[in-house]
Amino acid sequence: MRYLPLSPSDRSAMLGVIGAATIDDLFVDVPIAARRDQPVDLPFQQGELEVERALSALAGRNRTAGQGPFFCGAGAYRHHIPATVDHIIQRSEFLTSYTPYQPEIAQGTLQYLFEFQTQVAALTGMDVANASMYDGSTATAEAVMMAARVTRRGKAVLSGGLHPHYARTAETLAKVAGVQVQRLDGAIDAEAAVLEAIDDDTACVVVQTPNLFGTVTDVTAIAAAAQAKGALLIVVVTEVVSLGLLKSPGEMGADIVVAEGQSIGNALNFGGPYVGLFAAREKYVRQMPGRLCGETVDADGRRGFVLTLSTREQHIRRDKATSNICTNSGLCALAFTIHMSLLGEVGLRKLAAINHAKACDLRDGLMSVPGVEILTQRFFNEFAIRVPTDAAALVETLAVRGLLAGVPVSRLSPKGGMDDVLLVCATETTTSSDIVALVAALQEAF
Amino acid sequence: MLFTKDHEWIKVDGGVATVGISAYAAEQLGDVVFVEVPDLGKVLTVGDSLAVVESVKAASDVYAPVSGEVVDANGDLAAAPEMVNADPEGAGWFAKLKIVDASQLEGLMDRAAYDAFLASL
Repeated sequence: MRYLPLSPSDRSAMLGVIGAATIDDLFVDVPIAARRDQPVDLPFQQGELEVERALSALAGRNRTAGQGPFFCGAGAYRHHIPATVDHIIQRSEFLTSYTPYQPEIAQGTLQYLFEFQTQVAALTGMDVANASMYDGSTATAEAVMMAARVTRRGKAVLSGGLHPHYARTAETLAKVAGVQVQRLDGAIDAEAAVLEAIDDDTACVVVQTPNLFGTVTDVTAIAAAAQAKGALLIVVVTEVVSLGLLKSPGEMGADIVVAEGQSIGNALNFGGPYVGLFAAREKYVRQMPGRLCGETVDADGRRGFVLTLSTREQHIRRDKATSNICTNSGLCALAFTIHMSLLGEVGLRKLAAINHAKACDLRDGLMSVPGVEILTQRFFNEFAIRVPTDAAALVETLAVRGLLAGVPVSRLSPKGGMDDVLLVCATETTTSSDIVALVAALQEAF
Repeated sequence: MLFTKDHEWIKVDGGVATVGISAYAAEQLGDVVFVEVPDLGKVLTVGDSLAVVESVKAASDVYAPVSGEVVDANGDLAAAPEMVNADPEGAGWFAKLKIVDASQLEGLMDRAAYDAFLASL
């Protein structure tokens, strides 16, 4: 039975009130090319067995990261996830719960969020972290808008090493908030270039380490120089495992740190859902977006948890809220928390060391391929190489042979003039035979 | 001391007006945990948001009862927002405005009129 409560005359009366002639007028903002003018071509009905066969055949055409040598990173990283993580997050209290709207009744949820925040603060070297954002890119956009509120300035400078998807997300959201965004040209190692673009109206500079090209940068001097000009330093981390080895952004003087947390506890998931990490200096806590969980004691002195500083949020502050986000990536944050708890500090350091060692093995292997040039000098588990051909075409050719060789920069940044640059990544899941296979395939290809 | 219907008070001394919220307003808000006071030099028109006062689960705007430039703000409230509850019509003041149009004071209530207004609520 179809449930259509509105009659055609109800609809035309409603359209008349808002000044639209037809329903289609409501979709004028969607480009014509992105609209479908015909129904999706699907059979009207099939039996369960037929549907299962058809969908299995479609799924069989996918190639998953674990099916062969895999060197793709660029913001989404394949790592091993202990079986414990999935087992615990599938408990119904966690799996089916939504962001707490009557928070204090859900002490278990608040406790894991508090643990999550503690882990994020420790990892990033910052004073305070929130209960998570949607992903690293929206966290970056929120950080830019927060910096504008803190400094009461209207411009943001984005490094050319910032992931282009993050830059575009920041541009999209900041535009609505009235913040002007300047993106610098993509460059392998140029985080410090942001300093030259600072003027009296610059609220923040945004740098990434390791950056899109894998370059690791000590941002200590950038932090001091930006702050001397009254601008905040936002540090973006897309590969959070790197924090197991590298100096934390907080230790280097960052004002706000945002990161993509997918690498810990979360699978590639075809690009999402992911989990954004957001941490800042305590003096800026009232300008932070998102939910903040705090530890307290109840009337009988027992340890308990609350959502705190809620007056920043939309359900109380309305249009003056610090952000539109009223939620968090709860289940992904839980997976992160469980995996991080299983690793512990020592485990995380070991994991990070293995990642770097594997990437060094990959570099050594690729250096033996005539025509391949290693472009990234200081890297963690990912670096850029120049190949003597179009990188995107090369990746397609090798993919047909079951080998996913990396991410061509042209795919992320089409106008960059880096058609021969390929980003390659190795993690603890990369085997020596994977590396041998890539080296052999490249030697054959050139 | 004069009062507005939005429960701000204003005390004028030599062309400078001190602004806060009334004892009634402070009691209605409950425990005040934070006050966002305006920047010095900010020029406000009557009715503009002058400060934001937060209790545990609410945030309320405090409006400028008259137009003027902010010449002082109560920095002590950052460390001790509870002063708004303890002494709302004294040490719990928010900001001082340099008045540009004294005639704007004419529409405000004196204590007796404000008490009568409260009784009518």
